[in-house]
Amino acid sequence: MSRPDAIVVGGGIVGAACARELAMAGLGVTLVEAEFVGGGATAAGMGHIVVMDDSPPQFGLTALSRALLDELAPALPAAVERDRCGTLWVAEDEDQLVAARLKAAAYGDAKVEASVVDGAELPRLEPGLRPGLAGGLLVPGDGVVYPPALARWLAEDARRLGAAIREGEPVTALDGRSVMTARGRIDAALVVNAAGAAAPILTHGLPIVPRRGHLVITDRHPGFCRHQVLELGYLKSAHSSTGASVAFNVQPRMTGQVLIGSSRELVGWNRTPNRALLGRMLRRAADFMPALAGLSAIRSWIGFRPATPDNLPLIGPSSRIDGLWIAAGHEGLGITTALGTARLLGDLILGRAPSLDPVPFTPDRSGEPAAAVHA
Amino acid sequence: MPELVEFTVDGVTCRAAPGTSLAAAMLDAGVTAFRRSRTGEPRGPVCGMGICFECRVAIDGIAHRRACLEPVRAGMTVRTGE
Amino acid sequence: MSDASVLETDVAIVGAGPAGIAAAVAARAEGARTLLLDSAPRPGGQIWRHRDPAQLPASGRRWIERLSGSGAEWIHSANAIDLPAPGVLIAEREGRAFTIRWRSLVIATGATERLLPFPGWTLPNVFGVGGLQALLKAGASVAARRVIVAGSGPLLLPVASSLAAAGATIRLVAEQAPALRVYRFAGALWSDPVRLAQAARYRAGFRRARYRCGTWIVRVDPVGSALSVTLTDGRRIWTDRTDLVAVGYGLVPDVRLARLAGCSIASGCVAVDRSQRTSVPSVFCAGEPTGIAGADSAVAQGRLAGAAAAGARRTGGAASRARRFAARLDRAFALRPDLRALPDPATIVCRCEDVSLGEIGEGWSARQIKLYTRAGMGPCQGRVCQPALEFLRRTGADAVRLPLFPAPVGLLADHANRDEGDS
Repeated sequence: MSRPDAIVVGGGIVGAACARELAMAGLGVTLVEAEFVGGGATAAGMGHIVVMDDSPPQFGLTALSRALLDELAPALPAAVERDRCGTLWVAEDEDQLVAARLKAAAYGDAKVEASVVDGAELPRLEPGLRPGLAGGLLVPGDGVVYPPALARWLAEDARRLGAAIREGEPVTALDGRSVMTARGRIDAALVVNAAGAAAPILTHGLPIVPRRGHLVITDRHPGFCRHQVLELGYLKSAHSSTGASVAFNVQPRMTGQVLIGSSRELVGWNRTPNRALLGRMLRRAADFMPALAGLSAIRSWIGFRPATPDNLPLIGPSSRIDGLWIAAGHEGLGITTALGTARLLGDLILGRAPSLDPVPFTPDRSGEPAAAVHA
Repeated sequence: MPELVEFTVDGVTCRAAPGTSLAAAMLDAGVTAFRRSRTGEPRGPVCGMGICFECRVAIDGIAHRRACLEPVRAGMTVRTGE
Repeated sequence: MSDASVLETDVAIVGAGPAGIAAAVAARAEGARTLLLDSAPRPGGQIWRHRDPAQLPASGRRWIERLSGSGAEWIHSANAIDLPAPGVLIAEREGRAFTIRWRSLVIATGATERLLPFPGWTLPNVFGVGGLQALLKAGASVAARRVIVAGSGPLLLPVASSLAAAGATIRLVAEQAPALRVYRFAGALWSDPVRLAQAARYRAGFRRARYRCGTWIVRVDPVGSALSVTLTDGRRIWTDRTDLVAVGYGLVPDVRLARLAGCSIASGCVAVDRSQRTSVPSVFCAGEPTGIAGADSAVAQGRLAGAAAAGARRTGGAASRARRFAARLDRAFALRPDLRALPDPATIVCRCEDVSLGEIGEGWSARQIKLYTRAGMGPCQGRVCQPALEFLRRTGADAVRLPLFPAPVGLLADHANRDEGDS
């Protein structure tokens, strides 16, 4: 096998997107995945495609990513189950409705379609929401995908472009010029660590910790909800960096199933479900959509989001290890931001004009070792 | 001979001996397609013991009930094809 | 918490087939408070399923009488859905959760039928062998219907016999295993006069029908309201008309609850000692989950498990005899490789999600198949396609996820709430 130009470590959706981006630019790419493409946090995720505005860099990254997915859409197979169902952010009270108005203005400034929904219009959009909610924000261009299928398609597309996809090959060590795997050593001109929550195991000091989440999916109840629905308080949950938190978040899947989230907790890599938190999450959801309680739940599962202290992913070169690049730490937004991440990383590696300001994503921005950040 | 119980399947009145499972009673009434699969195929009971979920019907408005686990009851309203 | 939905017991038993019933009677005999739970409306499991006890064989009738006189608490129509902590079982009944607090747990969850895909296996009126038997016992009429019984294992004859007794015309009983192996297995029954007498009775039940070994169904096609069944013996292919097909390829131990409890599993069976103790403290297992060995073995194991779960020092060889029997069964009715070639790429493998075999890549793991194709992600939670894929693609089992059976969202929210309050 000829020596690749780039090795991407990690076949989650971010690694698969990076491998494809670099292969599109003509680089010889090898993607190395411990298990199989899209089988880790990618498979555990909800699959939202959302523009998020909680910080300007995140806004830029999510908007770029969503636009890139829109471009790809015609090429995607049905298995990706892309549904442009839109996001409905629900305001419980007047304060949150004010926040929704501010958000609508910010989206408008960035040419992302969004509109404020008043309390009277809400039941028309989502009849299942409890009465008495203040209103919300509708972002019609958002949607959902089935994440493992999208990751797999990205990897397959990379393969069509000449990349080698090596699955079932755990990486034991890496630096900027080579990767050690269970099957031996691979050398290259550069290495991308896209190992998600496992990235700091391979590159010490990356400020990423696993942040666990639970999800529940129901049997088919077609038409139960039409939009991806979240509470505006979601960001509060997403940002609470210590204690366990839950937020209302449901999605209609193309299968007619309803996917219910979300929870966040820092418990390391513990795989025993936290039933109490799962219960809280479901009660929160049923509080917003009472009829959810009657749907038949067929499965729950857990996943580990790669969380960073400032809720932004690490995208760019390692300042300490020559030839090493990082694309990791996407927390709960990796499905949305994979394509934008890959584009920005490609820009930086290939010396193209960056599609976004790369500074906020610089891997070494915190300057602190991970242990100190999340002690 | 015990008195038969009456129930309806998609609006059609059917009768069965008390104690019969709904799945058995529906089969005897000539119903073979209990539900439609994801691609639209008709499906009926297979395992008879609550494992395969092929005999799911809506009973009295509650979706996804396994007909093989429900004894038929007088006045039961069953909808197939979900 | 003084909540009616919390039940306290010394011995909780999940599954009210022969093993569970015997365990309940034995635990009560030791004076333990005992609770027996099953998804069916009446005790008996699959083998002793009945609407009227008069339909039962003498042993089944006797055990069900003993159970009703035992003082064990009987909870019907309930599914075990979670074991959130040692000593706690969550069950669902009519959409409501209740908590059972136990000192000992007996897992007597029985077995499920192995169904293998072939073109036409998803058509209405194609049932499992145990499946059609269960529906018959639940009151379905087969009078004057033509039936082909096929597949593999010792279930084929008794089911054909009971269908014939109910007025069905048995067109054929097709056993895929070669005659030599089946007769050698039957020959070994000489040492077991009860089993031999049973076998003779079954055969007498449909004397005019053919019992063909080394024969299996290739495909089934609808012809009006009847079915055209294509069969082969490996040399010749022929078709036959029938109204109903019952086809199943033996039984698979149901070890999901045991896996959720963390019990060690060896070769697909729950590992137990001479007291039916599993690897998890205070958790016992009896009957088919320890190896497919039939009702008599299940009763013997259940008696040991119930007594031991109630604190009595009781040991016996029932489990090791069961393992030996299960191994003999596996050898006699080993599935022929030809069966792997039956499904074509368009044949559905996962009935819940309509995933066809052609969508599943060679060499994929169970989890990979699930995530890439959705096979196993429907409401049956892989109970049908997983044993099929274990045979077709030699995959292992994916992890058990909660809930153990589908349950209302509100119930999951509620039971977790209760745990939180308690902890």
